[in-house]
Amino acid sequence: MGKVSMTVNGKAVSADVEPRTLLVEFIREHLRLTGTHVGCDTTQCGACTVHVDGQAMKSCTMLAVQAEGADIVTIEGLAKDGKLHPMQAAFKEHHGLQCGFCTPGMVMAGIDIRRRHPKADEKTVRHELEGNICRCTGYHNIVKAIMNAEV
Amino acid sequence: MYQFEYHKASSVEDAMKKLASADDGKILAGGMTLLPTMKQRLASPSDLIDLSGIAALKGIKVDGKTVTIGAMTTHWEVHSSKDVQKAIPALSDLAGQIGDPMVRHRGTIGGSIANSDPSADYPAAVIGLGATIKTNKRDIAADDYFKGLFETALADDELIVSVSFPIPKRAAYQKFPQPASRYAMVGVMVAETDSGIRVGVTGAGPCAFRVPAMEKALGAKFAAESVANITIPSDGLNSDIHGSAEYRAHLVGVMAKRAVAAA
Repeated sequence: MGKVSMTVNGKAVSADVEPRTLLVEFIREHLRLTGTHVGCDTTQCGACTVHVDGQAMKSCTMLAVQAEGADIVTIEGLAKDGKLHPMQAAFKEHHGLQCGFCTPGMVMAGIDIRRRHPKADEKTVRHELEGNICRCTGYHNIVKAIMNAEV
Repeated sequence: MYQFEYHKASSVEDAMKKLASADDGKILAGGMTLLPTMKQRLASPSDLIDLSGIAALKGIKVDGKTVTIGAMTTHWEVHSSKDVQKAIPALSDLAGQIGDPMVRHRGTIGGSIANSDPSADYPAAVIGLGATIKTNKRDIAADDYFKGLFETALADDELIVSVSFPIPKRAAYQKFPQPASRYAMVGVMVAETDSGIRVGVTGAGPCAFRVPAMEKALGAKFAAESVANITIPSDGLNSDIHGSAEYRAHLVGVMAKRAVAAA
């Protein structure tokens, strides 16, 4: 066991973890922030996407100890004062979700895509979404939401 | 995942010292292959030595003739670097096709090349552009580096520090991605360099390789038609549920033609 400290959604957190504890396990089981999902557990589906120091990463393929000192944002950290983040609002507006399981990862990936491609067209968004799988296959509205979010 | 000890190295020397004192230690770069392999219990190192704290292993330098990329530089950093886009657009383009955005934010060039996955993209660039692998001990020429399936010229106590790519006159990378994983079924880097034409192929064989017959034909005339009738033998090529050896041999020709047309 070793101590790991980081900032999650603006709050300093620390805990004793085994080196093999994944970042997503730390987020879900130690911090009880269960909005970040584990879909495939094999780096493919993107349901576990969080922001690490401002970049989207798959928290199922990162050790908690690798996030020592990092600034993490999860889906719970987006809404401010009861107001949805513009990307969340766009998903609501464009009905960018069906069962909702992939949604936290899609929203976190969507924000990252628009940060890197402020005026992303449909082709860019579809290429950039290669690491996020929606098993309802509801991609059409997800792409629309990401393109049209007022971020 | 089995239990292991985690160490964060402060320098290359510190990493090698920690590796030497471990029972069965492994170097952790971006972890995009190693961590999934450990989760599947296909690897169970006693110790992981994390390189992410070593600033000297990160960054991109361009001088007149060479692009040098630190081993811990991520695929995203290579893809989005204005310097790389200007000097070797084909390399930036290749880096932008690896995995997906989240993988590109963590995966590193050193990790990819040290692992030598038969379907990884970077080996095609190393071979196709005639790169030099700089380690803590020596410089290794691309043609001497890849030895076989997940096998390289690296010794147990050797670590990649950077990779230097000579700037080609022109080059292009074309890839036929496996539709689910985005790994290269076949990827071909074609380059016109100061020392002649180079054709580097990944995905098709146990490790990346050159195609001398295509290089010769392109040397005589740099046009897609020059490689149109060159077939490579399928003996020894990879064969799996995604594609037979014959299919991959065919794809080498198709991707080479597209790369020449795009260069």
